Amino acid sequence: MYFDLTDEQQAIKSTAKGFLASRFKSERIREIAASESGFDEAGWKEMAELGWAGLALPEEWGGQGLGTVELAVLFEEMGYALAPSPLLSNTIAGLALAAGASDEQKERWLRPLAEGELRGTPALIDADGPAEPMSFSMGAGDTLSGEKTLVLDAGDADFFLVATADGGRHVVEKGADGVTVSAEESIDPTRRLFTVRLDGVRPEATLPGSGEDYHPVFHRACVALAAESTGLAQRALEMSVEYAKDRQQFGRPIGAYQAVSHRCAQMLLETENSRSAVFGAAWAADAEPESLPLAASMAKAYASDAGWRVPDAAIQVHGGIGFTWEHDLHFFLKRGRANAAMFGDAKWHRERVADSVLAGETAPASA
Amino acid sequence: MDLTLSPSEEEFREEVRSWLQENHPGPEPEAGLDEVMAFRREWQLRLHAAGWAGISWPKEYGGRGATMIEQAIFAAEASRQEAPSPANVLGLAMGGPVVIAHGTDEQKARYLEPILTGEEIWCQGFSEPESGSDLASLKTRAVKDGDEWVVTGQKVWTTFAQYAKWCMLVARTDSDAPKHQGLTYFLMDMEQDGVQTRPLVQITGEGEFNEVFFEEARVPDANVVGGVGNGWAVAITTLMNERAGLAFGAISQIQNSLGRLSKLAQETPSNGGSVADDSYFRQRIAQLHIEVETMRLNAYRGLTKTMQSGIPGPEGSLGKWQWADINQDLTELALEIEGAYSMLARGADHAVSGGAWQYGFLRSRANSIEGGTTDILKNIIAERVLGLPRLR
Repeated sequence: MYFDLTDEQQAIKSTAKGFLASRFKSERIREIAASESGFDEAGWKEMAELGWAGLALPEEWGGQGLGTVELAVLFEEMGYALAPSPLLSNTIAGLALAAGASDEQKERWLRPLAEGELRGTPALIDADGPAEPMSFSMGAGDTLSGEKTLVLDAGDADFFLVATADGGRHVVEKGADGVTVSAEESIDPTRRLFTVRLDGVRPEATLPGSGEDYHPVFHRACVALAAESTGLAQRALEMSVEYAKDRQQFGRPIGAYQAVSHRCAQMLLETENSRSAVFGAAWAADAEPESLPLAASMAKAYASDAGWRVPDAAIQVHGGIGFTWEHDLHFFLKRGRANAAMFGDAKWHRERVADSVLAGETAPASA
Repeated sequence: MDLTLSPSEEEFREEVRSWLQENHPGPEPEAGLDEVMAFRREWQLRLHAAGWAGISWPKEYGGRGATMIEQAIFAAEASRQEAPSPANVLGLAMGGPVVIAHGTDEQKARYLEPILTGEEIWCQGFSEPESGSDLASLKTRAVKDGDEWVVTGQKVWTTFAQYAKWCMLVARTDSDAPKHQGLTYFLMDMEQDGVQTRPLVQITGEGEFNEVFFEEARVPDANVVGGVGNGWAVAITTLMNERAGLAFGAISQIQNSLGRLSKLAQETPSNGGSVADDSYFRQRIAQLHIEVETMRLNAYRGLTKTMQSGIPGPEGSLGKWQWADINQDLTELALEIEGAYSMLARGADHAVSGGAWQYGFLRSRANSIEGGTTDILKNIIAERVLGLPRLR
């Protein structure tokens, strides 16, 4: 029993923290957020050089072969730094290829993706269906037609992994005939959303994997995203504590008042709970996969709430300045709020938890 | 990162599990507190005979010298199987560890064994009517008289005082010193004329706690623990011990309650189905499970940290706070599930589950007060974990 990061995992964390802090200073994030494409080419190249594109992808296909715990470590830091990057969507596409593609398909798409040469993103939600995880309405066939909405980072992706009603995944290259990509404005300017319209598109490949092969991919994506939200909360908490020590009103730092300090204590509680849930689930993904679905839903449900509530509380600690565009907090609130709704919101995941616990399953148990 | 137990820890768990299964004395008697205490004394003797009393204590003092993980396993298993608590719970969790840490050789020889057997029950004389959260402001006075101290004052919230032989008493021995420095920790014999105990009836109707009055009660100098004027530091050790031992047992207890809550939801009819089909209740039950899981994982993180550094950190305050919140939410939710039947008191003919949830609801109101109020825990977290400035 050792529930903490190992030295190696700690090293990944400090490398990531250092790199991201120097790369994504506030001015740079604002530049990227305000840019046309929202894509940071230089930053992506450096991340790829660090091996992040393939961090949790198999070594034999160009990845680092690390686990979900390491992935969670990295994504917590991505959130902490508020890094605008297609790393999340690209990682999920890579995990899906690793889970469902043939060797030939892996050679063609997974290896270059893991090495940072090609970028992929999943195209999941159908405009004419419910915006819920693992529920697709687009018909599979020789050609694909329909509208996929809320596709992450599609503008600068090379290919999409399009989900169909049978649970299958199809590789569609962005430049293929009949593909139209249009940008949607997200509440979160640090991550871009697109609609991908397919009009009789012939997919480049259909993966042999079945729908169930992608369930663990979905659960690991939830863990990565929950880790990112935990990082957002951690940073918002630190900003608040700093501010509460500095800011003087009525002749004292505001952090001496219990209305403020107790709010900060609440933020700490939610951040720590979120982190525990995330690493519990990340550990389950690597060591006890049968308990991953429940653990991932617990983590995503908790972090969905904490990921925006903690930044929201941070704005209250900051008072008026926290409500300005000039202050960075609104970016954290917006990213946290968008994360909360992505890959199943808290309510959706709590319903999964209710399913398990009311059926008598228990969380991964040691002592 | 590894959330599994080692083979030897698994073996230990098996040993605990099967011993408890074979020796579990069944539910506690529902009669009065005297019967309950007699039952618990017997249980403690059985625990002691098998080497399960004082498992955290070093072997040389009659304990088992269990590792922190083993202590966690034992607490979790005992709660999971709803084993009764031993009669001398405060002596085992606080009194013994304090004597071991701060006591003289004579004190160790005199006090430890009867704590383990439950022959002598211990109680804790810290809180006073005017000194609750601000414990160091306490006013009970001890004045030196030859080789004795004469104690006058009042303590409150004293659990099991009516059964106790010894009281862990913190009293003021120097009223001129700064408030934290003028205190001394005594072991007070409760069986004397100068000590009067009166049960304090709480909102559940029970008398779990007492008021204790000292009228020139006497303590020999030999019963000072840790030196005159060091009472605060010695008292803090007991409080740390209290917290470190509680978490894992408390988590198992809540997991049991959650199981009962799910059952209650499944058995309570609603809209042609059961409450367990109702989205509102499903959401709330799920949220409780999630929070208990975060509490359990936090406790493992805390344990890992404590094993590295040797001392429990202030983060333990988070767990105590969370435990109180969850226990209160849980019983509130049970009452909501029961609906109109939640009006019935414990023991009423038509009370659901005998009214256990109504009792639990009332009892859990104290969870955010006893052993450090949630409001004070938030202060501790703000000041000692987050480094925010003190108001005082």
